[in-house]
Amino acid sequence: MSYEVKLDIFEGPLDLLLYLIRKNELDIYNIPMALITEQYLAHLEMMKALNLDLAGEYLVLAATLVHIKSKMLLPVEEGEKEGEEEADPRADLVRQLLEYQAFKEVALSLDKRKLLDRDVFKRIQPVEETPGEEEDSMVEVTLFELIEAFKQVAERMDKEDLLEIDTERISLSDRINEILEDLAREKSLSFTDLLKTSRTRKGIIYTLLAILELMKMRVVRAFQADPFGPIRIFPAVEESTDG
Amino acid sequence: MDDVRAIVEALVFASDAPLSVERLKDILGDMDRKAILEILQDLMLEYRQRSGGLCLMEVAGGYQFRTKTDYAPWIKKLRGIRPVPISPAAMETLSVVAYRQPVTRQEIEKIRGVDVSGSLKGLLEKKLVRIVGRKNVPGKPIMYGTTKRFLEVFDLKDLSELPTMREITEMEE
Repeated sequence: MSYEVKLDIFEGPLDLLLYLIRKNELDIYNIPMALITEQYLAHLEMMKALNLDLAGEYLVLAATLVHIKSKMLLPVEEGEKEGEEEADPRADLVRQLLEYQAFKEVALSLDKRKLLDRDVFKRIQPVEETPGEEEDSMVEVTLFELIEAFKQVAERMDKEDLLEIDTERISLSDRINEILEDLAREKSLSFTDLLKTSRTRKGIIYTLLAILELMKMRVVRAFQADPFGPIRIFPAVEESTDG
Repeated sequence: MDDVRAIVEALVFASDAPLSVERLKDILGDMDRKAILEILQDLMLEYRQRSGGLCLMEVAGGYQFRTKTDYAPWIKKLRGIRPVPISPAAMETLSVVAYRQPVTRQEIEKIRGVDVSGSLKGLLEKKLVRIVGRKNVPGKPIMYGTTKRFLEVFDLKDLSELPTMREITEMEE
């Protein structure tokens, strides 16, 4: 048996499964589980042999395929057969495949549009200055330092006003978007200035949470020029790799 | 009338972002929407017919001059830098966001069957996708939606102009 090696083009386990169905000219509504499971597992073996990073999702689907296959080997009990749901063990998988296939088609049709900066171009807007070499000498700060800076601002605030009236309605996602918008405009923001823009204790807590969330998502990064120096927030810029 | 036509053309040319009819109406003063739309339609036709390098396009709720696709190779030479293409994986994630927004990362992953944090991050950086809120379920996961920039990049007037998705037929047996 020979298999075509086209591993790099698969966008995931569902993509691989769709490819196998197409290659064998199978009916998606009536997938022969034994055949497809065998070929799917053979592909995984090959990916392993080629030392490709085998993402966990591939193994999850492999388990699902084997599970469905075994379910289909079981004789259908009389009682079950008469029951309302005469469920095909493949139903969920088929639904998932069809949905994924529909989105794959959408993705292809989007890619065929006249994309800005690929197929069509508009007048160039003035290029904003990128932060200069000073960024290089900066050190990425840890969570500990962020909390320390936060504590300083919070403590100062405690002395300034103890009275707090809950009038400001804020949501974390609003704050996240505000910070992202500010960052897009300013290129970098001072951590303490960001905290100080919020007047209430609740406000600065939301700001801190928003920054932590953005850092967790790796959308922003925090840098510091010297120990105990001011912390600045930068948008994370390196290109993402995606499998 | 010819005068206004020239003004509209100049305004669209000089604007950084796609220029909306509302904005044109504000600037031009005593013109009604319909008349402005007629002028824009007329200009679009003229640019299509004059076999020049530009075309007037309706994108993201406004009008904008763009170069015709035939001349892309020359513009790329002029700009010198190659734009980072959107990977097929990112394109799939973007499609799910566009059609299912507001949508959480978990919901996208259920459809695509892979981890999408990488492609989501790339899309956030390219400003094609933004955070639109949090879903009111345990864990309050972040929900994502497309941006105005998405419409601009993909040559869409608005979200309703997205190509219709093939109906997902339920398996009935």
